[in-house]
Amino acid sequence: MGRKTSISRRNFFASVCQGTALAATGGLVWSYLLTQQARATPFAIRPPGALADADFNARCIKCGQCVDACPYDTLKLATAGSGIPIGTPYFIPRETPCYMCEDIPCVPVCPTGALDHVLENIDDSRMGLAVIDIENCLSWQGLRCEICFRECPVQGTAITIEHHPRKISKHAMFVPLVHSDACTGCGICEKACPTQKAAIRVLQPELVQGQIGDHYRLGWTIDSPITQEFKAGGAAIDASAPATGMDYLNEGPP
Amino acid sequence: MKQASKSVKTGPNGRPVRPFVMPESFAGKLQVWRFLLLRRAVQLGVLLLFIGTVRWGWEAAGRPVLTGNLSSSELFGLIPMADPFAVLQIMLTGHWPLQEVLLGAAIILTLYALLGGRVWCAWVCPINMVTDLAAWLRRRLGISDLFRLSRNTRYTVLALALILSVLTGVAAFEWISPISMLHRELIFGIGLGWTAVLGVFLFDLFILRNGWCGHLCPLGAFYALVGKLALLRIRFDTPTCTHCGECAKVCPEPQVLNLKEAATAGMIASGECTNCGRCISICPEDTLHFDLRRFIETPQKPDTTQSNQRRAA
Repeated sequence: MGRKTSISRRNFFASVCQGTALAATGGLVWSYLLTQQARATPFAIRPPGALADADFNARCIKCGQCVDACPYDTLKLATAGSGIPIGTPYFIPRETPCYMCEDIPCVPVCPTGALDHVLENIDDSRMGLAVIDIENCLSWQGLRCEICFRECPVQGTAITIEHHPRKISKHAMFVPLVHSDACTGCGICEKACPTQKAAIRVLQPELVQGQIGDHYRLGWTIDSPITQEFKAGGAAIDASAPATGMDYLNEGPP
Repeated sequence: MKQASKSVKTGPNGRPVRPFVMPESFAGKLQVWRFLLLRRAVQLGVLLLFIGTVRWGWEAAGRPVLTGNLSSSELFGLIPMADPFAVLQIMLTGHWPLQEVLLGAAIILTLYALLGGRVWCAWVCPINMVTDLAAWLRRRLGISDLFRLSRNTRYTVLALALILSVLTGVAAFEWISPISMLHRELIFGIGLGWTAVLGVFLFDLFILRNGWCGHLCPLGAFYALVGKLALLRIRFDTPTCTHCGECAKVCPEPQVLNLKEAATAGMIASGECTNCGRCISICPEDTLHFDLRRFIETPQKPDTTQSNQRRAA
């Protein structure tokens, strides 16, 4: 009787261990799949109001109601094997950009808040950031193009035109510049770009934006007695007068 | 004479055991297939409403008919519905979803808690058509299982889905679910989701009978727990049953057809029963019927207490 019990107890522990091992192995493979998926290509451009990647991936229930609501058929749901986190909404600006509907129909239908309902003005959305490849931009080569500037729905703030002098002739170049504080990442510029491959593209800001860091101080932007004369304008500075710093170094402390 | 009495087996109720015979007439066949046809109609109908709304802009009284998909949807732009298991996983990632999806999940949860949780599996879930086809082919081809696996494995998978949602910060099952891949890609555009569906089909056909739905699927496990006390049940009339075993042959969850338990409860009580109705239409003795739990009497109750007393004594 006693021996029988010990054998069955051993069997019991063995089967518990087997079950646990099976669950643990399965769980490891499964979580590997999940983390791979969740870190899939960061190039996906999300609908307006999408939360930051980690929160968006956690909240999105993959129902496609934003896709239903989009009147331009811009939005798609990522299929399996597309390289974009499975089942999540995205769009490809070069194919169909976001036309920035004023009523933003895709956002209020999101049932989980993966698209933040706080977004009320489409100009405040940050789907991505347009980036110009100046080596292939027609305007930057000296041609008159500026199509992106003229197509931009937040024209004059998100994309501006600067005049650059040119070496080979007296005609100036009209080059487009993107400003991240106004660019919504709608991708209309990318769609409109006439080059064979778009020379202006919408990317996730994290992929292209740097960060200066707090330890650099742009002195001329700081309001202090020393910078007053710079801020007043270069004309106010008397170049012939020695700078105060020089006096201090040459003559020692007063 | 002796031979004859040998060949005619009798059930515990003394009646001869008769095998199920498919009727010759088309009307008779329709009668046998009635639940199957109805289930396919519901499954395909739901899919069609989703596809029609997103692709062809179906509207009723100016409102979209059924937007979204089986994970979360809206009926006539008014009534939210959501997969409670998906919402539970999202909540476990540490994100509190909006009221709308919580309400939707509560609606669906209540519906299936009343109807029988796994009514989802047999009547709505699109992968059911795939696994049913595999099971039918398997019966035809007489393929045996490659290995044995406990049907309780699904509860481990369910627990894993919940734990991994906490650990990885994404809804664990929603990211790998072949069910979602199938209906999402049918509704919103085809990708490589069919490979996962093919995987389920081959697994069910060649490796393990009812492998996906009956052993692994955590959504089925979730609904089996939800439907434990559901109202809609399959009634079991003990006196007519001859224990012929025809029902267990077609049942995708044969362990629920424990006839002893069925006789005690007067019904198929397990939450793992999908209420597919196959057993009802195949039963040659007309022993099984859809019924509501509250109307089912438990005729054997005195007997069980007696036997329990005897066992105790």
